Amino acid sequence: MGDMSRRLVGQVKNAASTETGLNIVGRGTKEFMGRMPAGQAINVVEHSGVIEYLPVELVITARAGTSLEEIVATLDEHDQMLAFEPPTFSGRASIGGTLACNLSGPARPWSGGIRDSLLGLRMINGKGEHLKFGGKVMKNVAGYDASRLQAGAMGSLGVITEVSLKVVPKPAARATVVQQMDIVEGISAMNQAAGKHSTLSGACWLDEKVYLRFSGARSSIDQATSKSSGEILENDDEFWQALREMRLDFFNRPGVLWRFSVKSTAALFRGQADWLIDWAGALRWLHLPPDASDSGRASIEQAATSAGGQAMLFRGGDRSEEVFHTQKDVAKKIHRRLKSAFDPHGLFNRGRLYSWL
Amino acid sequence: MTESQNLSKAELSAMFSSFIDPAHVIDDPETQRPYECDGLTIYTEMPLLVVLPDTVEQALEVLKICHRFGVPVVARGAGTGLSGGATPHAEGVLLSLARFDRILGIDPLARTATVQPGVRNREISEAVASHGLFYGPDPSSQIACTIGGNVAENAGGIHCLKYGLTVHNVLRLEVLTAEGEQLVVGSEGLDSAGFDLLALMNGSEGLLGIVTEITVKLLAQPEHSQVVMAAFDSVASAGAAVAHVISAGIVPAALEMMDSHAIRAAEQYAKAGYPTHAAALLLCELDGSESEVAEQIDRVNGLFRSLGAISTHVARTQHEKTLLWKGRKSAFPAMGIISPDYYCMDGTIPRGEIAHVLEEMAKIAARYGLRVANVFHAGDGNLHPLILFDAKVPGEIAKAEQLGGEILQLCVAVGGCITGEHGVGIEKLRQMPVQFSDSELEQLRQVKSAFDPSGILNPGKGVPSLKRCQEYRSIGIAARHATEDL
Repeated sequence: MGDMSRRLVGQVKNAASTETGLNIVGRGTKEFMGRMPAGQAINVVEHSGVIEYLPVELVITARAGTSLEEIVATLDEHDQMLAFEPPTFSGRASIGGTLACNLSGPARPWSGGIRDSLLGLRMINGKGEHLKFGGKVMKNVAGYDASRLQAGAMGSLGVITEVSLKVVPKPAARATVVQQMDIVEGISAMNQAAGKHSTLSGACWLDEKVYLRFSGARSSIDQATSKSSGEILENDDEFWQALREMRLDFFNRPGVLWRFSVKSTAALFRGQADWLIDWAGALRWLHLPPDASDSGRASIEQAATSAGGQAMLFRGGDRSEEVFHTQKDVAKKIHRRLKSAFDPHGLFNRGRLYSWL
Repeated sequence: MTESQNLSKAELSAMFSSFIDPAHVIDDPETQRPYECDGLTIYTEMPLLVVLPDTVEQALEVLKICHRFGVPVVARGAGTGLSGGATPHAEGVLLSLARFDRILGIDPLARTATVQPGVRNREISEAVASHGLFYGPDPSSQIACTIGGNVAENAGGIHCLKYGLTVHNVLRLEVLTAEGEQLVVGSEGLDSAGFDLLALMNGSEGLLGIVTEITVKLLAQPEHSQVVMAAFDSVASAGAAVAHVISAGIVPAALEMMDSHAIRAAEQYAKAGYPTHAAALLLCELDGSESEVAEQIDRVNGLFRSLGAISTHVARTQHEKTLLWKGRKSAFPAMGIISPDYYCMDGTIPRGEIAHVLEEMAKIAARYGLRVANVFHAGDGNLHPLILFDAKVPGEIAKAEQLGGEILQLCVAVGGCITGEHGVGIEKLRQMPVQFSDSELEQLRQVKSAFDPSGILNPGKGVPSLKRCQEYRSIGIAARHATEDL
């Protein structure tokens, strides 16, 4: 454990000289995401440890292989937290991998995703250059935002080695109200609540129930919950943790899991299917059983596009085909050029994001 | 493909006039004059042509022609930018997006607004206020600046401490590429697959594409807000108080600081009721439910007093609150009262370094024999040192620029950066090699090439060329030696 960046740079340079494809491996919790990994493993897990944590500045800097468990524990000591509530996969996920996969939890619509908390990073490009973009301060517009560009790039632009994140104080109080509702009413109710309550910090629909979470000062939370119809959910943190960690039964049934990121008010499609709605309607999980007759990606993408957003195959299904939402030609051209700008020999995570990248 | 043949000004003008109202293709110096600079008026240049298209199709056609003939294109919104990002190019077209000024749609339930780039920042919040919503980022120039320019700069503002910068509040952009193609980045959902081109476009200073449509997020208006003003007898104690508020777990909607020069100028200008005897002033806004705000105001007030505030004051009426902010927002123009000219810097530093940096800055300024006023987003650590000078005194502009350069180097030295929200136009190019290594700058140039292989969009801004970097590095060393003798 410690600073392994020189070794990592060496490995990338070697791979560049022989044009060997590399498969960037962290703590292995998200191996299932994206298309099938290919290439020789380059392991970032030993490049770990919190480098700097300044509670006064609300900034933490950690090596990419650092586990979320370690980061969360470090922040806990000062009553601070990661605003984007990432799934930690029992604490084992690495911060670098979380960024590469752009994973955020239930607070996403109100507190932003990991890309919104990101202040800066260091990364190794395909020439083996160890580069730093962004920094540790709240605002920085010098140069293009090459750090946020890594969020969701699935490691295809380089090896992330170090991440600086803005953190936030834990709210003084939190409470959840739960109410019986069908899915269509639920989507509407969550959107209405989002426009009304500045303290809303979670809005999910599952199994004919809407869950609204409020965070802030005790007095504000009491006021918000007393204004909302429905019942207070005891031990509500258990529910939100299970949602965040994708431990709910919904996520663990056999079959295929699609993830839709769409306009929060989009009309429901495939109304009879098995849905979990999060982010006040903006994130929709669709579970299809193994024997589902119509799981064709074309019709799923079409539905997502009509809903103002995109769909991806999150878990299960055929990973030799495309997994992420299809890009239009102009976007595809720019993706290809950016890929070769960072990774001229095409070393990193070949085909993990798209077959053509 | 770019054709190497050179077009004359008249030929280009005729070409544009065939599909744009000829009254909006400006080729005479007199009518072009208002476009010669942006908010950073020390840099001026006259463009070859100014064009003001009405439709996306016309703007696309302009780009296709410019791409074909290798003509530089500089996009311009309201021209309020402060880094020379919209300074025209002598051989290029200045593409004004001022006529794209329509709000295309407001969706109160989904909390989004779709607007054209020439819509003014404050118009959005005004248009959605009746739905109990607002648009977060609020730069001081919000009455005049346009949302397209806000995207180009990744603009912040007073309330971005709590509500985020432009990059945090934009969902989707329609963009024209340098090659004359249409590109959509982001979506009406929150996450999009692939590289985060949306983040890349924000703050790209018109170097990566021309934004023609913007969908922004809207937020629920807080029920209540309140402002507390605290006066301190030293900038150091005010700076320390900022760090204390943030580390106490309080998230103010805004936390702003002004030093004595700024307090006096703003007070004379806006009659805001500032204590003119103070060495530093903090304005702290808290929002939320009425009881929450009352509780937090008490806490912050107590904190300020325990940290040595010589006086604190909570705004009693809405009018007084508005006045307190009016003073802050007019602090830049107010500088005209105490100095013929000012040059605004924009470094960002860790909040814990505020006191140290302000003290060091005063020493550097003294060495140059110039005054520096400070009015800034303290909660974010985003400084706006205003270097006061007189352009009519020979050599003072150069001296102000050199002093500015040293201040930015100081920001980088304490772990900060050279620009928090104003961006790198022509200005601050010299400081880019202070913040970035050669290979980092080369990587940034390649990002530019991925969008604009022939380099026609806003050339000479944003990222310095390799040759320039070498010059700056050697000049920088010489300049530092020279000022030690001042």
